[in-house]
Amino acid sequence: MNESQQEKKVPRNAASWAKPVDKMELGEVPAEAMNLNVKGRRPTSPLQGFGQMWQKTYRIRLEDVTVTPQAVISEWKAHFPEFWPEGNNFYGPLQGVEPGEVALLNMGLPGGAKLSTGVRVIYADDESFSFMTPEGHMFAAFITFSAYDDSGVTVIQIQALVRASDPLIEMTFRLGFGHKQEDGFWFDTLRNLAARFGSHGQEPTLNTVCVDKKVQWSQAGNIWRSAAIRSAIYTPVYFTKRLFRRA
Amino acid sequence: MLNTKVTMTVRQPAVGTSIIDIQGDITGASEEALMVAYEEASKDGTKSIILNFSDLDYMNSSGIGLLVTMLIRTQRQKQSLRAYGLSEHYRQIFELTRLNEAIGIFESEAAAEAAAH
Repeated sequence: MNESQQEKKVPRNAASWAKPVDKMELGEVPAEAMNLNVKGRRPTSPLQGFGQMWQKTYRIRLEDVTVTPQAVISEWKAHFPEFWPEGNNFYGPLQGVEPGEVALLNMGLPGGAKLSTGVRVIYADDESFSFMTPEGHMFAAFITFSAYDDSGVTVIQIQALVRASDPLIEMTFRLGFGHKQEDGFWFDTLRNLAARFGSHGQEPTLNTVCVDKKVQWSQAGNIWRSAAIRSAIYTPVYFTKRLFRRA
Repeated sequence: MLNTKVTMTVRQPAVGTSIIDIQGDITGASEEALMVAYEEASKDGTKSIILNFSDLDYMNSSGIGLLVTMLIRTQRQKQSLRAYGLSEHYRQIFELTRLNEAIGIFESEAAAEAAAH
């Protein structure tokens, strides 16, 4: 292969991709965080999930403000945790969303309980960034955050290609409240981000496609790594530690 | 509207096998082009679909999502999906996203075709 062929083989967005890893590693996290279910876990895609596969596309149009898609993504990457709904924590690196970074998530549950899991950034450029989830996360998913111009209006989009990781989570989807909770989470995230640019009153929309109606019974064993179950078991320890930290 | 940054052509080197030659960029905007190519490749009872990535210039994470949905479609139709022509960079992406566990990757067209038979 000659030099120009070699150059052609390295695409222009090569640096936007993370390197593959067998196991996730986590940096330092605050003492108050529940740090479970991330270190040592393999990243998973929807192909490794149990439940039906869904493509869910959440959008909000910034009709009432002028901001470029690149400015939206820049702000979103730099301040990602700030746009999450209250009660949920994203403990990521200080430098923001970059390829290869791993973040710890503490999702708020009723009664002050937490569900501990994480995400890994697999792609990040000026117009979009994407996460993969670890084994045990509620969803085996690719989640892509992007912004684009639609006839002069900037549209912010979150697209999740997702299977429930295990039968327990799939049951919450089938009963409806799993989808409702996830949709509410991303709708709030989009509203919060839109408000950062001074856009208020625009309502997010959702387009849902069932990509695969079949469940993957071969992945039912994912439940043994369930972050939800493991977090619940650990919760008394977590609260006891918090009590002693305050004392 | 088709994404004009990508061209996909379909050929059938053998009965039951179709090859989709991909040239250009695969992004979220490539969905229609990929599905049109898949429909054409699936004609006449095709059981084996091979993706040729030799002339792929660019793929972002939305492009990977399209490959996942295409994979599901092939599985529904009881077709196999294989790939060749991936540079080291794209092999790493397939490994990163664990697509390599579901899509067979081969060194050459001949090897991919041989695996199909």
